[in-house]
Amino acid sequence: MSKVKLATVWLDGCSGCHMSFLDTDERLIALLEHADLVYSPLVDEKNFPDMVDVTLIEGSVSTNEDVEKIRKVRAHTRILIALGDCAVTGNVPAMRNTFGVEPTMHRAYIEMAQLQPQIPTTSLPKLLDKVVPVHEVVAVDLHLPGCPPPADAIFYALSELVNGRMPDVKHLTRFGK
Amino acid sequence: MSSVQSVQIITLTIDGKPVGASSDETVLDVAKQNGFFIPTLCFLEGLIPYGACRLCLVEVKGSNRLLPACMTKVAEGMEVTTDSEKLRSYRRWILELLFTERNHVCSVCVANGFCELQSMAEALGMDHVRLPYLHPQFSVDATHDRFVSDNNRCILCSRCVRVCSDIEGAHTLDIMGRGIHARIVSDLDDAWGNSPTCTRCSKCVQVCPTGAIKEKGRRSVGEKFKRRDLIAYIAKLRGGEHE
Repeated sequence: MSKVKLATVWLDGCSGCHMSFLDTDERLIALLEHADLVYSPLVDEKNFPDMVDVTLIEGSVSTNEDVEKIRKVRAHTRILIALGDCAVTGNVPAMRNTFGVEPTMHRAYIEMAQLQPQIPTTSLPKLLDKVVPVHEVVAVDLHLPGCPPPADAIFYALSELVNGRMPDVKHLTRFGK
Repeated sequence: MSSVQSVQIITLTIDGKPVGASSDETVLDVAKQNGFFIPTLCFLEGLIPYGACRLCLVEVKGSNRLLPACMTKVAEGMEVTTDSEKLRSYRRWILELLFTERNHVCSVCVANGFCELQSMAEALGMDHVRLPYLHPQFSVDATHDRFVSDNNRCILCSRCVRVCSDIEGAHTLDIMGRGIHARIVSDLDDAWGNSPTCTRCSKCVQVCPTGAIKEKGRRSVGEKFKRRDLIAYIAKLRGGEHE
């Protein structure tokens, strides 16, 4: 049997969900007997592969670049998992929705700047008016809430998926866990 | 209770099971006594039921609408259904609406791990919200030297209003505005810190199901331990009419 192709993607999040994924520790080795990690911040591949079986998305959709990325990922993924509260609810990144883009940029790049306060106009992706959860942009097959989702929940979900079963993780995690 | 004689013993069925009850009890009372689970958020033992959250909606045969179990008195021969596909769907939508209406960011909330809204989402299997979040802007009143009121986390259950009015007798807190603009205010929408009526009893902190009313001077996240059972105890000691 060929191995399951697994990818992880990092949008607007703190990387804590990826840390929690790594917290599955030695169980990762057992998992990787059934799966290949083909694209991830943790590996070197720069281009998202043609077709991936399972993709974990950490982070909310906050910029135009995030939107492009997530649409591409969705088009090339069989089972898309929203990993963690940012991907599922917007969570902390979405707290700026209450204030709006302008005040947020001003706070970050003018008020808080130590040197040369200025709003960047190049190189950075443009912020969306509102930070949104992943499922508001593309269809999501499984939601795995938690901040971060416990390693046990991530491991359980992935081990079920590599064995061809759709996991029910509702008893293993919750918002804010 | 006006007179003990007027109370009759009746029978009804809950999810097909025959149960006995006093005619002055609510469907929720009787369901709980008989081990049926009906989800609730605004209900709290010891406070007068208010029917704000609609989470305890049940089906009653012969009624063409769903009825809140906490406000519905039992009746002879009543046939109640506490769990069905329709009820589960309604309850989940109600929860999702609550999450969209305010800014419930569990991971950075003082009530994380002690929140009834969060626990209810878990209990009812709500793993994401299908509606867009509104992200409204509500101010935080931190003028009181002991307590903070944060309407961003409020679900308008009115427990704080009821405990302040009915148990403490101060009626400092109340709800102002309508619909999704409704919010908890102190006195006539003044700063809580200037309240001449607040007795600083902290009952509002104890009953708040979320992190909307909290005590100052604690850690920031996930420490909001509460003694909600104390309110029922106080109500019982006083022998109020809603006992």
